[in-house]
Amino acid sequence: MCLAIPGKVLEEFDRGGMRIAKVQFGGIVREASLDYTPQAKVGDYVLVHVGFAISTVNAEEAERTYQLLEEMDQLTELDAPVVDEVPTRKPQ
Amino acid sequence: MKYLDEYRNPRLAQSIVNEIRRIQTRPWVIMEVCGGQTHSIVKHGIDRLLPEGIELVHGPGCPVCVTPLENIDKAHAIAAQPNVIFCSFGDMLRVPGSNGDLFTLKSQGADIRVVYSPLDCLKIARVNPDKHIVFFAIGFETTAPANAMLAFRAKEEGAHNVSILVSHSLVPPSMTYILQSPQNRVQGFLGPGHVCTIMGYREYEPISERYNVPIVITGFEPLDLLQGTLMTVRQLEAGTATAENQYSRILDREGNVPARELVNSVFEVSDRKWRGVGWIPKSGYKLRWEYREHDAERIFHVKEIDTKEPAICISGQILKGIKKPHDCPAFGSQCTPLTPLGATMVSAEGACAAYYAYGRHLDKHRAEASSRAQVGGAA
Repeated sequence: MCLAIPGKVLEEFDRGGMRIAKVQFGGIVREASLDYTPQAKVGDYVLVHVGFAISTVNAEEAERTYQLLEEMDQLTELDAPVVDEVPTRKPQ
Repeated sequence: MKYLDEYRNPRLAQSIVNEIRRIQTRPWVIMEVCGGQTHSIVKHGIDRLLPEGIELVHGPGCPVCVTPLENIDKAHAIAAQPNVIFCSFGDMLRVPGSNGDLFTLKSQGADIRVVYSPLDCLKIARVNPDKHIVFFAIGFETTAPANAMLAFRAKEEGAHNVSILVSHSLVPPSMTYILQSPQNRVQGFLGPGHVCTIMGYREYEPISERYNVPIVITGFEPLDLLQGTLMTVRQLEAGTATAENQYSRILDREGNVPARELVNSVFEVSDRKWRGVGWIPKSGYKLRWEYREHDAERIFHVKEIDTKEPAICISGQILKGIKKPHDCPAFGSQCTPLTPLGATMVSAEGACAAYYAYGRHLDKHRAEASSRAQVGGAA
């Protein structure tokens, strides 16, 4: 879990004062905070660690690193469930 | 050179190995600090590709591995309480504590959730105002900005039902600790690339200077690791000792300034226990006083839990570069990823787990069988 995963910024928006992006990792799209990478914009590639972009990278670097992480089985953090803010109904 | 075929650029890899061989005049012991580097080195057989006499030893940089048993037990005690939703990164759920792992506790009915980002805890808290949300904040400097942001946002938003159980470790003090050990063998370091993406590498410069040891901040791809090794050997052969940056396409000397600033406003440096190693002064983070209302240890009054590791486990010596997984009598037999006895086997980035995952325990069994056959043949 110590390695950051590269992905492409698809769109960005504001949520409660935080800069959030939708980031594409291979076939998965997840959200990531852009608060630590103010320079990142739509179309850029960013290195994301536990939901936070920590650096920008070029497309070639992103592609190569992503493949290597996939081979090393280091993408499992992307499998964590998506948390919705819709209250779940208690079981009857 | 069978591993070279797997490289994306085998010719470049070979030329780096040749250059190391050309300049090397004597044996050197080099430690890679980061667990991701260890995993990549073992997967790609980089340690076996290097010229004889260049030995890579595996450092303490796996955050899951070095999370002390006491803190896993504290997590277990808090997660077992009613009205608690305990959140964690997925890797921590299968790490056994004294009373079993969090995954088993979850299967027994505790509300334990794997989160992708620490910020997910704020969403969970908003939907569950009658519950207390506790986040298990483990990691090195790479993870600290994410965990710090959770505490910062919880305080800003007045989320009184959110707290964090902090178990954060810092890389440079662990390197100093290794260098101060009377048994130390490490003569140069491959420094941790993603940790330095956040922190930069200024703080490694005084370590290089004081202990006369080259530190080359290195990525984790095969060519990065070979190039980092070459840069380290160059310094060792020239008798120089500075902090250098192999991973300049990702990071610079200053690191990520906004991330570092937030981390420093939320956390302060504290002593920290490392699993398999023991207490290392000023090697971790704790929450600053201003964040005490979000400190799970204060809220839940979990008492110190005295724990003991199995006597047979040598993970402490492996983490310091003194021994290798093969030196352990339990490696691959009593101790496997399914039944880990200590720090270096509990996560895929631990040296023992990486050796096991890529079949190196079989080398040990083969060597034992061959030595038995030789003894039998001689008798």
